[in-house]
This record gives sequence, C-alpha cells and structure tokens, in this order.
Amino acid sequence: MTLLLAILALVCLVPAVAAVLVRNLIHSALLFVLAWLGLAAFYLAVGAEFIAFAHALVYVGGVSMVVLFAVLLTRPGRESALPAPSAQRALGGLVAVSLVASMLGSSIFWTRLPSVEPTPPVPLRRLGELLAGPYLVALLLVGLILTVALIGGLLLAAPRRPSEGGDA
Amino acid sequence: MSPLHLCLALSAALFCTGLVAVLVRGNAILVLLGVELMLNAANLNFIAFWRFGPGGGEAGLVFVLFSIAVAAAEAAVGMALVIAVHRHLRTIRVAAANRLKG
Amino acid sequence: MILAAAAPASPADAWLERAPLLLRDALTGWLPDALRPWVAALLSIATILGVFGLLFAYMTLAERKILGRIQNRPGPNRTGPFGLLQPFADAIKALTKEDIVPRAADQVLHFLAPVVLVALSLIGLAVIPFGRNLVAVELEASVLYFFAAGAATELSIFMAGWASRNKYSLLAAMRALAQLISYEVPLLLSMVPVVVVAGSLSTTGIVAAQGGWAAGVWPHWHALTPWGFSAFGVFMVAALAESNRSPFDLPEAESELIAGHLTEYSGFKYALFFMAEYLGMAALSAMGVTLFLGGWQAPLAVLEFIPSYVWFGMKLLLLLLGFIWIRATFPRLRIDQLTRLSWKFLVPLALVNLVNGGLWAVTSDWTGAAGVARWVVSALLVVVPFVVLGRSLTAGYGPRTYRYASP
Repeated sequence: MTLLLAILALVCLVPAVAAVLVRNLIHSALLFVLAWLGLAAFYLAVGAEFIAFAHALVYVGGVSMVVLFAVLLTRPGRESALPAPSAQRALGGLVAVSLVASMLGSSIFWTRLPSVEPTPPVPLRRLGELLAGPYLVALLLVGLILTVALIGGLLLAAPRRPSEGGDA
Repeated sequence: MSPLHLCLALSAALFCTGLVAVLVRGNAILVLLGVELMLNAANLNFIAFWRFGPGGGEAGLVFVLFSIAVAAAEAAVGMALVIAVHRHLRTIRVAAANRLKG
Repeated sequence: MILAAAAPASPADAWLERAPLLLRDALTGWLPDALRPWVAALLSIATILGVFGLLFAYMTLAERKILGRIQNRPGPNRTGPFGLLQPFADAIKALTKEDIVPRAADQVLHFLAPVVLVALSLIGLAVIPFGRNLVAVELEASVLYFFAAGAATELSIFMAGWASRNKYSLLAAMRALAQLISYEVPLLLSMVPVVVVAGSLSTTGIVAAQGGWAAGVWPHWHALTPWGFSAFGVFMVAALAESNRSPFDLPEAESELIAGHLTEYSGFKYALFFMAEYLGMAALSAMGVTLFLGGWQAPLAVLEFIPSYVWFGMKLLLLLLGFIWIRATFPRLRIDQLTRLSWKFLVPLALVNLVNGGLWAVTSDWTGAAGVARWVVSALLVVVPFVVLGRSLTAGYGPRTYRYASP
C-alpha cells in the first residue's frame, strides 16, 4: 500500500515540479495536467473513488482547457518563453519557500500521528445523502458561487463594446 | 513511513511547489496554476485525514468536493482576469499590473 | 416446440448468454488462484481491443461504402470480395509510408499526441456493460470515470495542433478547445437526469434500471420517455461534436484549415488519429446505448432468447450508422454557429431537461390518470422549450431566397 502510494506520489510530484521549472508556458500547462492526473490516481489508490473522478473531470476537462485557452489568447509566440526571473526575486522566493518547506516538513515528521485502521470507503449513496442533507445549504451556495463566477468571468473577458456581428 | 505521513509529505511538497510558482515565476497564468496546486495540496490533506485519521472525517470528503468546485470557479475568473489584464497592458507579468487605474 | 419448452426459465441462464463467461472460465480455470483475476483482466482487455479494432477497420469500410452509395458511386470494391480487404490494405499502406516530422515541430508532443489520443479513446470502453455480466471494470462511479477519460481527448488534439508549429494546425487547436468547452457542458448535463432517475452512477446500475416493460410492450428505456428522448437528442449532438465528426469537424476542416491538426501528420500517426476518431465515436455511442437505449436489454420479452451482447452490438451499430448518415447529409457548421448552437440551444434545453428528469423521478409512483398527466407534463416540458429556443436560434434567418443569373 505504502509503496504504491509512494510511486503515485512521485508520478504526481515530478510533473508538478517540472511544470514550475520549464520555460515554455504550454509545456508547463500540459505538465500540470499530468500532475493532476497523478493526483487523481493517488486519490483512487487512497479509496476516494468519486473524488478522484470529479477531480479529473474538473481539472483535466475544465481547468486545463481554460488555462490553455488563456495562454493562446495572450500571445504564446512572444511570451511563452519568459525571461528567467531576476536573481533577487528568485532568491527571495526560494528562501521563503524553503522556510515554509522546513516548517511543514518538521511539523509533519516530528508529530506522532495516531496509527489507526484506514476508514472504509464511503459508499456513493452516503455521499449523496450527506450533500443533500446536512450540507444542502453549502451545496446551493457553491452552485451560486459557480453561477456568479461564470457570469463574472464572461463580463471580465468580454470586449468592452461587444461587436454586434450578425451571421447571415 | 505510514501512509498518513506519506500523504502529508506529498501534500506539503505540492504546496511548496505551488508556492514556488507563485513567488518566483512572474507570469500571471503560472501564479494561478500555482494557487490551484496549493488548493490541491489542501484537498489531499482532507482526504488523508478522512482515510487514515482517527475517524469522523466524512465531512472532509464533502469539503473536498466543495473545494474542487470553488477551485474551478477561481480558475474561470482568474483566467478572465488574465485576459482582461493582457488586453489592457499587453503583458501578463504580474509585476507590470501595479496600477489601480488602467 | 419441445426445445422451447425445455429452454431455461430465465434468459440469464441460457447457454448462449453465458458463453463468453464460460469461455473465460475455461481459459483461466487451469491457472492458480492468484493469477486468475489478472489473466481474466488481460483477456477482457484483449477482447475489447480485438472487437473494437475490427469494428474500426470495418467502420472505415462501411463509411466509405455508404458515403459512396449516398453520393451515387460504388465506393471501394476492388480489394477482396466487395472490397472487404480494403481496411487491411489501408493499414499496410499506412505502416509502410514515410513518417514525416516537421523540423520546427515540438518533437515530444508531436509524437505523444496520437498515442495519448488512442489510449484515452480506449480506456472509456472499460466501464461499458457489453452484455449481462460483461463489463471489464465494475466501478461505483463509472459514468463519471467515462466522462473524465473522454474529457482529455480534445487535449491531445490541442497537443497535435500546437506541436505542429503550423498556423493552420494552431487554429485547429484553438477550435478544438472552444468546441470542447462548449460541448462538454451539454454532454454532461444531458447525462445528469439519467443518473437522477436511475438513482445510480454506475453503468450496470443504469442498465438494470431500464429493465422491464410497461404494459408488457413498452420498454423502460430512457430514450422512450419524453425527458429521455430530449436528453438522448442533446447527448447525441454533443457526442457528434465531441468526436469531431461532421458536421462539427471544425478542427480538421479541410476546406479552410487544410485538415487542421492533421496537416503535419503522415503515415502511421495519421492512421492513429483516424483510429482514435472511430474509437471515440464507438465509445460515445456505446455510452449513449447504455444511458438511453437500455444497454443490453432486449426490446421485447419474446426476443430475450437472443443473447444480450448481440442486442448491445445491434444498437451500437445502429447509432454508428446514424453517425455516417449524418456525415453524408449535413454541411459543416461555422465556428460561431457551432458555439451558438451549444450555448443558446443545447445547454438551456439540457437545463430544462434536468428539472424534467427530477420531476419524473419524484412522480415515479403515479399511476392511472396521474400517470398520463405525468407523461403530458414531461412532454410539454420538452416541446415548449424546444420550440421557443429553436425559434430564437433561427430568428433573423428568413426564408432563403434564390437568385439566379438572368439569361
């Protein structure tokens, strides 16, 4: 179990690190897709089947498309190969990240975590009952957020004066 | 290493990778992708504690679903913002977008 | 007559029905217990690859033949009897052709795109129940798995278009993305009421929910209810767009984009793209059969002696022939017409249908006069939005006037 999880963790982590390091934006976005697929496989291995498929559907099918579209709409030819960040900025960022990493790492590995039997997977029906029962208000709110985000995204991205081009 | 440790370590590593994307790379799209990666790391923690934690974690699973939905909304609005910024400034470097009035 | 009387009571026990399972057990029976599930999994993979590979080969032939007949020409008829060996001749030709990669292309992505596309088109087939107990992978959320796998296919078309470093290919890549974003929404929305009514996200559960007959003759298939009929229509239109088939084959529009993302591909990689197109089409049709046409269920109780996988195959072939017929009949849409059709017609229709499906699920115990009212309300909820949306979509298109050159 742990070995499988470790392999999947690498499958997820290596593309993610590569995505942050490569210069080409399209490569970066595609590597992110790979990392998300790895994460979905990890969820699957952990036993969260529904979450894994929902994650793959939303990230690989939705978010990645939007990202690629944004990359193409913002002139990939000129800006996809960005200049390397300035040394000062890179150094500052790396120092901050290594501080966070050491904090997280030490807190994870020096904490004695309870070792209990894995919880059995939740049946899909139970998840649905939870969503439609105690979490109904939250579900509706999320639907509202998505609708508002959709309209807001449209308003932001649409040209100021939409050209009224009728098609004959 | 127990599975819980492994999940938490992966989550921390993903979070730091996302942080690198946000802090070091100045590209708006990569910044947004980094934020998505950090959200994924948080989701992974929820799932890890549901599965290998001391029980009662069903709420965590539900929360992950909500988190995925909000992340999708964030991506849509974020990319719309990137396109709008690009239309104004002809660049998507975050450092260039430093004025309140375009 | 004696034979019929001696036939087993349940169609599930018929010998032909169980033949695939018996064959599998015979092939894996001598193996040690630890190995058996692995070999069984390999066998099902091999079967799916073999059956759908052959289906792909003969779909290309059938398509060329039928298109030919519709256009008043015979189609390929020289290789073998009736041209039956044509697919194999094509395969040999594709294998022996030179594989050209443009120097400016992104070498890795250019190679990966067709491979990923074929792989993604295949993995969706794993959760389709091809017959009673004939499903390769049993999952609790298999419908979600199918669409998650299918969502990534357009990504590889994008990869192909972008990696070619060709402006036509890049345009194709952008069109592919726009098309996917537009049609993924109605595809998923049309599937939701089925899940609501069947009360299950697993394909086997959905097929099981469609068993039985109303009044002994009217199958409980979802396509034979008002909401289901509408959802089936939306699903099939979106499936056409998702598999890049005419009239939605904008990414490869040969008249404007010189075949788009396929421009810089040759030889076997080109053949792989074709294979992926047909496999994707077959996978989506198989999902359509599963969700709406009762899966492997027979249309009439007296016809249950025909094995379930034969019924599934017949329904699948019917939908695939529909795809070919549509290709021969409709002209290609323009990109703005394509997105308009999705956002202004299919998505609202599917949203109304969501309510409709919910109503159907809530009123499932109505019988008699209330049952009739249920059908009428559901039908109204389909027809009225269809007419209103259709009118608003075609508003401004007057009756076409033809002008001829005066003599």
